[in-house]
Amino acid sequence: MRERSPWIAVLFWTLMSIATLFPVYWLFVISVKPAVELFSTPSLWLSDFYWKNYTDVLSDRTLRSYMVNSLIISSGNALLCTTLGFFACYALTRFDLGGKESIFFWTITNRMAPPAVFLLPLFLLLTQVYRVGDFSLADSRTGMILVYCTFNLPFAIWTLRPTLDGIPRELDEAAFVDGAGSWRVIFEVVFPLARPGLAVTLILTWVFAWNEYLLAATLTNFNARTLTTGLSEYVTTTGTNWGIMAAISVFTLIPALIVFSLVQRHIVAGLTFGAVKG
Amino acid sequence: MQSRTFGWILLAPTLLILFLFGVVPFIYVIVVSFHQWNPFGANPDMVFNWAQNYRRIVFDGQFLASLGVTAAFVAFAVASQILLGYVLALAFLRDFPGKAFFRTIHTLPLIMAPIIVGSVWKLMMTPSIGIIPAAMQGWLGYDLNIGQNAVQAFVVTVVMDVWHWTPLVTLTMIAALVSLPADPFEQAQIDGAGRAQIFWHITLPMIRPAILATVFIRLMDALRIVDEVLMLTGGGPGSATRFIGVHIFKEVFPRTNYGYGSAVSVIVLYLTIVVCWLMYVGLIAPRNKDKG
Repeated sequence: MRERSPWIAVLFWTLMSIATLFPVYWLFVISVKPAVELFSTPSLWLSDFYWKNYTDVLSDRTLRSYMVNSLIISSGNALLCTTLGFFACYALTRFDLGGKESIFFWTITNRMAPPAVFLLPLFLLLTQVYRVGDFSLADSRTGMILVYCTFNLPFAIWTLRPTLDGIPRELDEAAFVDGAGSWRVIFEVVFPLARPGLAVTLILTWVFAWNEYLLAATLTNFNARTLTTGLSEYVTTTGTNWGIMAAISVFTLIPALIVFSLVQRHIVAGLTFGAVKG
Repeated sequence: MQSRTFGWILLAPTLLILFLFGVVPFIYVIVVSFHQWNPFGANPDMVFNWAQNYRRIVFDGQFLASLGVTAAFVAFAVASQILLGYVLALAFLRDFPGKAFFRTIHTLPLIMAPIIVGSVWKLMMTPSIGIIPAAMQGWLGYDLNIGQNAVQAFVVTVVMDVWHWTPLVTLTMIAALVSLPADPFEQAQIDGAGRAQIFWHITLPMIRPAILATVFIRLMDALRIVDEVLMLTGGGPGSATRFIGVHIFKEVFPRTNYGYGSAVSVIVLYLTIVVCWLMYVGLIAPRNKDKG
């Protein structure tokens, strides 16, 4: 094969990177422009920065409460799913439970179905059926934390399974021989060894919950609305406040970017249910 | 050995949550789909009406149009992603300065929320705000308006999905290509095989399982696209981008009675399962059997 200069590859990938990053750059450009400048001819370059869109978002009480809801729901859901996924995988790898492989496969089917299909039944169940007296799951943070388990819990179980499989059972058994109880073995023997896998799972489930829009838009109307639904509220038929919309997008994007830098190597494995190692 | 009961106790909360929010809605939607039910109408009770709702679906032109555009979208988007992803994976196989850096940038869209992707592309594509329509008009004299032109709206939606998800294909293809053994390729070169022959007879059969798995994952995700499209086009103009999930969210959910909405949901779920099952038995299962 003839040798090509590596600089052709560098040039090619520089152009590809510009194509990848340009939409995000444009988002930033819109977010730091005052509304009056938006409708002049769009220009690629920024002359000055106008931060009022950002301060407007931060000083808006509704949007601030959406941000708090997003934080509470995604953190609560990530902790719940990682904890339950850890227990479930421990049970699936350490015990001789009847039909456990079917259970393992069944969990993922909950994630495969299009969420749009479950909008109507979940809405009806949350508003009419899952209620005890005055306590209802509809439009509540607890409700959203539980609903998000339908996609994040199967994900946690599937990504944690290889981790738990990789921890030798001999370690558990040795601890039992030394007289440790079941819970002590889980928390003092298995948990420390599973920590890297648990961290990746926690971070990825957190970002999936943070990014979710469709279920939040349907199942909440005020108390538990999240930042992603706030974003769509700024697109209306009468007129869109583009600068604010861009600023909210930036606020929603930042945590994802932080997460991206933390777990970049594991993203592919995460998005293919562990079928492909990155 | 520990007692099995303890194992079931550890598994119980998971099973309970997935039962309440996965299985119950599934059964519930099937039950409701056989009823006439409009809580805000004259008769707020659930009335069993056999398969009336399903009969109505067959004549629902809006729904059928939505199925059509969904199929077209999935076909164009997934095919482009696989081709482009494969080519980009090849471009990543050789070493060049800054490879890890470029790879990181290429992976970036994967972590972005679909709704943000939609918002980003809307800001870029909306006439008078976005740079792309302005550039098209200024340099090429081409009128790009995704709010008016159905074909343009559809194409931009496909391009957006390609931008968002091609990196996933690239990375799975890289993983498949680097794991290939070198021997068959060296042997083929000694035997004087051309590059096309090597591709069709050696590379393609060897990475076929990886391609099929990727197609499967992308197909499942493309079928349920909602957020990006809601943000970018809102399903319009007309029904040009009213893919099935968007249809349920915008038309079925707010505008019909619960019974009919449930029937539509059941049909969509059924069609999704059929498509995925056909993919599986038609393409993936026979290959696994060959292997022994």
